[in-house]
Amino acid sequence: MSYKEKGYIEPEELENLGLLPPRERLEKGPVVIAECPEEIPCNICVHVCPFKAIKMDKIYEIPRIDWGKCIGCGVCVPQCPGQALFVVDLSKPSQALITLPYEFLPRPEKGMRVILLNRRGEHVGEGVIVKAWQHDRTWAVTVSVPKDKWLEVRAVWIPEK
Amino acid sequence: MPDYRIYEHPILDFRRGRRVKFYYRDKVIEAYEGESILAALYAVGYRVFNRSPKLGLPRGAYCMIGKCSSCLSIVDGVPNTRICIEPVREGIHVEPQEGLADIRMARKQENVETVKVETDLLVVGGGPAGLKAALVAAEHGADVVLVNDHYVLGGQLVKQTHKFFGSRDYFGGTRGFRIAEILSKKIKEYNNIHVYTNGFAYGYFKDGVVGVAVHGEHPLNLLVKAKTIIAALGAAEKGLDFEGNYLPGVMGAGGAQTLMNQYGVRPGDRAVVVGSGNVGLIIAYQLLQAGVKVEALAEILPRIGGWFVHAAKIRRLGVKILTRHSIVRAAGLERVEKAVLQAYDEHFRPIPGTEKELDVDLVLISIGLQPDTKFFAQAGAVMKWVPEAGGLVPIRTWGQETSVENLFVAGDASGIEEATTAFIEGEIAALSALLKLGLGSKEVEERRGKLIDFLWNEYRMAPVVRRAREGKLKVTVSEEEMKKIRVGEYP
Repeated sequence: MSYKEKGYIEPEELENLGLLPPRERLEKGPVVIAECPEEIPCNICVHVCPFKAIKMDKIYEIPRIDWGKCIGCGVCVPQCPGQALFVVDLSKPSQALITLPYEFLPRPEKGMRVILLNRRGEHVGEGVIVKAWQHDRTWAVTVSVPKDKWLEVRAVWIPEK
Repeated sequence: MPDYRIYEHPILDFRRGRRVKFYYRDKVIEAYEGESILAALYAVGYRVFNRSPKLGLPRGAYCMIGKCSSCLSIVDGVPNTRICIEPVREGIHVEPQEGLADIRMARKQENVETVKVETDLLVVGGGPAGLKAALVAAEHGADVVLVNDHYVLGGQLVKQTHKFFGSRDYFGGTRGFRIAEILSKKIKEYNNIHVYTNGFAYGYFKDGVVGVAVHGEHPLNLLVKAKTIIAALGAAEKGLDFEGNYLPGVMGAGGAQTLMNQYGVRPGDRAVVVGSGNVGLIIAYQLLQAGVKVEALAEILPRIGGWFVHAAKIRRLGVKILTRHSIVRAAGLERVEKAVLQAYDEHFRPIPGTEKELDVDLVLISIGLQPDTKFFAQAGAVMKWVPEAGGLVPIRTWGQETSVENLFVAGDASGIEEATTAFIEGEIAALSALLKLGLGSKEVEERRGKLIDFLWNEYRMAPVVRRAREGKLKVTVSEEEMKKIRVGEYP
């Protein structure tokens, strides 16, 4: 079954499409991963990237990240209409940092404990918000997660108090 | 009284107007200025707004945009009033209609003034295509009359809370309701655009005169004689046949979206969405933002219909997407209390023993849209049934002109697509009208050529929209072919 049947994509599918950065690059510092496998007519990310690190010739091509140019700043994360961009940072020894989009209440704050969700919406652990900022009311939330979960966690859920 | 109004939302701020009181049956209803009558009633718990003429079955809110007849009511003695697009006003009396209207009770319309106006361009419909068309024409000096069914401009942009896809040249990256605000504000800056909201274009008459019924406190029979007309009437949500589909709570997904995002009224507590096109996927996500639990999203085909990224957004929040499933039954007394889904085999036959009962109060139907093309048919335009375009649509030239000379089509009324193509089609239609009006320069002609090229040879070449492109190709002809169609030589 492909992602079009299931509604979520497998890491192997991302790998086959060339959407995963090489391991060495991930360990060097933050870098963006575009989980945007389908040719849809949209090129917002290309325009918002301050480093011109995202390439697309025709408006419907899938985004190609130049891993050398991308510094993982995350500016694109809350601006992608498909909420398909995630910044992963594997340079820290104990934890992985993931920056992901969030558009729910309650509002995220630094230090909050959150539930970590995988692409299927399953709880895969707990994390802590280390940074949160917003662009036009979409939050870019950076959360620290167990290092082995970097390819799994793609959403957070903040429990109501 | 229950209160379904949303007070805190991650994306929207509901700045409600001043308090307004009106009467429903014999009860006083408190509402806020700017709300539609239906939204105000829904907010305090009403769910049945009419009854079917023969069996007296309850009728609830369905489309919420004046396209279906589910909410027809009597407002200050005027029957057949679509209360979903009628604003609340202080002191009005609203009565449910209970079946067909009694024509004798229609208020004597002596106070209705008939006004005749002449203009270069009449734009019918103030959604993305119509607003863009009006602005482009006005920029080039045309006198424009803009008529809009709803009392608020923007069409369905007003309820789109997601950031738009597509090109930055056409508002890509901006939330839909913001685009509506930007365009409506621009419209006000032109004194050569004359806007009539709450105005329904009821017919196309001899010599290109269009009759418009303007509703509200000061009703008007507006007769517009226009040199050119762009009709951008949008679309309506399709219904689905299943047991109990008449029950209030079974609603167009876009209807629920209007309630929660335009008026800030939570449509229910627990929903099932039927159909996995972009509309269904996006609305499932927005339901979660409005605090509605989404029990499941059912899709009868083996694959998700809409864009993967929209599916991924709800899937990672735990919403189940059940492919090869559809609804077989909604049940409840006067409103939906539960829904039954069932699995289907590859021949679309239900598989016995696979029923799943869901405890829901909302069944949201998002199985596609149907172009609103009554106006073109009545005007005598040659039409064609094109399934890929959503149904019956007028044949048009590359410049968007129909077989009725000087009558243009743009946006979803020309075949279902989305807002970006609606903007582009609206602009192409306006440029074509300008050329007809003698207001077009070489620059207008070049711009039009460029847009047509981008639309057909780049934007619509995206694999995910290829089906829509094929549909539109079936009804788009050259000027020469259109000349033949006009004299009865149907291709």
